[in-house]
Amino acid sequence: MELRAKVPSGPIQEKWDKHRFEMKLVNPANKRKYEIIVVGTGLAGASAAATLGELGYRVKVFTYHDSSRRAHSIAAQGGINAAKNYQNDGDSVFRLFYDTVKGGDFRAREANVYRLAQISLDIIDQCVAQGVPFAREYGGLLANRSFGGAQVSRTFYARGQTGQQLLLGAYQALARQVAEGTVTLYPRTEMLDVIVVEGQARGIVVRNLVTGAISAHMAHAVALGTGGYSNAFFLSTNAKACNATAIWRAYRRGAGLANPCFTQIHPTCIPQAGDYQSKLTLMSESLRNDGRIWVPARAGDARRPNDIPEGERDYYLERIYPSFGNLTPRDVASRRAKELVDKGQGVGPERNGVYLDFRDAIQRLGQQTIAERYGNLFDMYLQITGENPYEVPMRIYPAPHYTMGGLWVDYNLMSTLPGLFVIGEANFSDHGANRLGASALMQGLADGYFILPYTIGDYLAQTKFAAVPEDHVAGRSAVAEAEARTTRLLGINGTRTVDAFHRQLGRLLWEYCGMERTADGLNQALREIPRLRDAFWADVRVPGAGQDLNQELEKAGRVADFLEFAEVMCLDALRRDESCGGHFRKEHQTPDGEARRDDEQFAHAAVWEYTGDGTPPKRHVEPLTFEYVHLAQRSYK
Amino acid sequence: MRRVAAFYQSTVGKKVAMAITGFILVGFVIGHMLGNLKAFQGAEKFNHYAEGLRELGAPFFGHGQVLWLVRIALIVSVGAHVLAAAQLTLRSWRARPAKYHAAPHLELSYASRTMRWGGVIIAGYVAYHLMHFTLGNAHPDFLPGDAYHNLVVGFQSPWVVAVYLVAVAMLTFHLYHGIWSALQTLGASHPAVNRWRRGAAAALALVVLTGFAAVPVGVFAGIIR
Amino acid sequence: MNLTLHVWRQTGAAAAGRFERYDARDVSEHMSFLEMLDVVNGRLIEEGKDPIAFEHDCREGICGSCGMVINGRPHGPVPRVTACQLHMRSFTDGDQIWIEPWRARGFPVLKDLVVDRSAFDRVIEAGGYVSIRTGAAPDANAVPIPKRDAERAMDAAACIGCGACVAACPNGSAMLFTAAKVAHLGALPQGQPERYSRVRYMLAQHDDEGFGSCTNHGNCEAACPKGISIDCIAQLNRDAIRAALGKGTEYAGAAGGGA
Repeated sequence: MELRAKVPSGPIQEKWDKHRFEMKLVNPANKRKYEIIVVGTGLAGASAAATLGELGYRVKVFTYHDSSRRAHSIAAQGGINAAKNYQNDGDSVFRLFYDTVKGGDFRAREANVYRLAQISLDIIDQCVAQGVPFAREYGGLLANRSFGGAQVSRTFYARGQTGQQLLLGAYQALARQVAEGTVTLYPRTEMLDVIVVEGQARGIVVRNLVTGAISAHMAHAVALGTGGYSNAFFLSTNAKACNATAIWRAYRRGAGLANPCFTQIHPTCIPQAGDYQSKLTLMSESLRNDGRIWVPARAGDARRPNDIPEGERDYYLERIYPSFGNLTPRDVASRRAKELVDKGQGVGPERNGVYLDFRDAIQRLGQQTIAERYGNLFDMYLQITGENPYEVPMRIYPAPHYTMGGLWVDYNLMSTLPGLFVIGEANFSDHGANRLGASALMQGLADGYFILPYTIGDYLAQTKFAAVPEDHVAGRSAVAEAEARTTRLLGINGTRTVDAFHRQLGRLLWEYCGMERTADGLNQALREIPRLRDAFWADVRVPGAGQDLNQELEKAGRVADFLEFAEVMCLDALRRDESCGGHFRKEHQTPDGEARRDDEQFAHAAVWEYTGDGTPPKRHVEPLTFEYVHLAQRSYK
Repeated sequence: MRRVAAFYQSTVGKKVAMAITGFILVGFVIGHMLGNLKAFQGAEKFNHYAEGLRELGAPFFGHGQVLWLVRIALIVSVGAHVLAAAQLTLRSWRARPAKYHAAPHLELSYASRTMRWGGVIIAGYVAYHLMHFTLGNAHPDFLPGDAYHNLVVGFQSPWVVAVYLVAVAMLTFHLYHGIWSALQTLGASHPAVNRWRRGAAAALALVVLTGFAAVPVGVFAGIIR
Repeated sequence: MNLTLHVWRQTGAAAAGRFERYDARDVSEHMSFLEMLDVVNGRLIEEGKDPIAFEHDCREGICGSCGMVINGRPHGPVPRVTACQLHMRSFTDGDQIWIEPWRARGFPVLKDLVVDRSAFDRVIEAGGYVSIRTGAAPDANAVPIPKRDAERAMDAAACIGCGACVAACPNGSAMLFTAAKVAHLGALPQGQPERYSRVRYMLAQHDDEGFGSCTNHGNCEAACPKGISIDCIAQLNRDAIRAALGKGTEYAGAAGGGA
């Protein structure tokens, strides 16, 4: 496997412009001769499909949802970053670039991040023109807020529903192209495999989720915008259907998988209430602006929070990080919470949370002000827990939230499999080992609106394509494989549900490959995962038929892939023998418990190559060099 | 004109037609009610008013001409109102073929729920009312030209009074939802307007209720004799 | 707590459906309604029966996937929440719960509680967008938008497209959904050039999908988990009347299509 990043030469500020000029263009009259498949209709997929349709390509878009508006981008709350410097507070493209590289703990490709920061400007323009109702100041200009500890206000937002509004903007752009006939939409259609013809990605295998029919779709190029793999943990803030099948199947067909161990744990989620819990709900990080985080100083203290006197509370973030206090970055805040819960200082009926207390803020600012700032979040919390956060402290705990790892892509967003492009959270992205708040939306839209439409054209213009009919033998055999797999799943007829296996996998990953990882734990996981996978294939019960709307069958296919994926994830975590960003190896920490990178050995992206079932995947590296942001240890003290 | 015709084919277009004809009919109802109240002024004034209706528009128009124009306008309005209502109702029935096992009336008020059947009842009542007081064939002692006599005799039966009161009650509900609904349909929605839309509809409906109920009750109670 | 569920089961679009009775035992009050169904389904699978098909995804009230009529109310008894956010503490031990799909001609049942809502997408495709090409936008602050207008647009844009409005409407009308998009884009300067053509095309598509007419009951607003106001419908009506009276440019033969 050859990892050619294809980063253009020249000063970082000029790379993208230069590259765009050097790209080959597709003659306008020829564009409609090219077919492009886009999988996924989140921010990246919908914006890419709409833009490619506008350009004149024939686009087919696939989503497993009933409508392209339901992708999980819709749930992003906080906002989207852009270096507009509308607040005149010293922001710039370079500063956004700098913050992102540093925030990612120096594990991202500089040139990509710089381009992302440049494009952030265009994204806001584009979305406003589409009618996205961003928050405004009284003078009618766009409002901004500071987010996730950034020292400038560069986050644009639409109440607590920024992701929803951006996605609806992209969805509407897509709807327009569907009406124009340039884009054909395939809702309730799940991708099961990539079809490779003569070394090029030339199509996908899909299952119609209503009729169960499995079929092939061929094209000249395929773009995956299929999101992240947080649901490997079973309990995460992701939507229930989010899965790794698309990227996993692409990996098995030859696309390299980069940094799968880079997962982000979000510190402010509502703790698990019971075994039946199906997902975790995120409470916006903005709550940490006014809430104080604490646990009882004594382990096992069962008193109600308001009965615990001030002197017996441990405001541990304020104690350990006096300058950042409750606003310490996500990974650090998450780890400290886990430590205290593990020590028995956790709170709530399951002793699995920490308090986020608004008592002092309410006293200082009044309940009215707090309600104006966080009213919808407080209502949501009350709805879920039955506890009123105006009266008793909220309980929070970290939860898997975002995955920085994904399919490796070059500067053009193409994977190691020619013709297979990967956009949004599905690629190994620009966030390195840790993503900053409000940057996921920015990356998804940058990839979809402004990068892929150029780079895919360049690929099409310079590639020779063999004629591939819809019933090409490669497609037929991939369809047959997918059908065989479905038949096998339905035929096991064991005793345990798909969810039972998924829960077990999730617990295992959370324990050994979650917030804190050790070589011993990861080795343990690597022994247990194959056993669990074998048990799954021997004892899972998938009821119903293949030729029907069968939600258990859908889940079974996804969990089967998670059971394979998890192994590479743990292997990657084991082999990355350093701590960086969201990947915290207990063996590698500073004396005061901070992540310690090993830039000598690990300033690279680790890329895994599939070598067949039963043989270990092969690890390749793409070295990362830092010319513009100098390697430094993060410190938040 | 093509656009207007196309608009009428849409569900909103038909609703707008109902709102406009509805307002015409509300105007008629109010005028009719004010006229009725003249019964309290005695036979002479009332009969003079009844006869005067035929002289409307004099001297430009001849005897009864304007009254017939008004009647035609009303017939057309009623026809359009009922036609659009029937078309929309059939469409709605098709759009919601199955019922829920248990459906509490979320926001549905009694008035909004009874628009359709209330409308049918009102239409039936209008037919009876015309036979009762205009054509006289449903009247025990009809004297053409003596409206006051017809009125007093017509309301001697408690059953007749009851029918009228029920009809007026239905009309009240119909107007309460109808007036508000027509404002909504015509897009008269603005924070400043919305505050009084419901109240104004309720007030007007109550005025109509009181005004129309007064005469049959007045006759039955012996105030008008 | 223990509950008795009566769940609508229907094997396919053409099949006849019926209510089936299930016991839900030892339900925790902290469960969400969908988690309670997960547990029931887990037991059905273990018993070798077909689990209840229902749509869901984000489980935090924003994707609009979930939706079922619970005791006659779309999304259940608590106002302003979706079924996934409804928690079992809203029920009491021994309750009988009737669970049905959205029922409307525009939303044919696919299986059990899953309905086909693609009509909504077609209504948006008919004109629920601003025709702006990628890369053609002016600077975002070039046109100031009064905060009041931006807030009004956001109120309408909060629609999650779940279909509760249609389910609640005795006329099976999708007017609130359609109007929310008309009101969202109509409140912003960017939406003005296509304002009147948009309303005509979207309305025509709404009617073509077999949805009923709005009779201003207000059930939709009461059922809407996001509290979208029927003021949006008044605005749609107003714009539709203006469009009929000649406002807005006419495209040559573009009915139902884009710009």
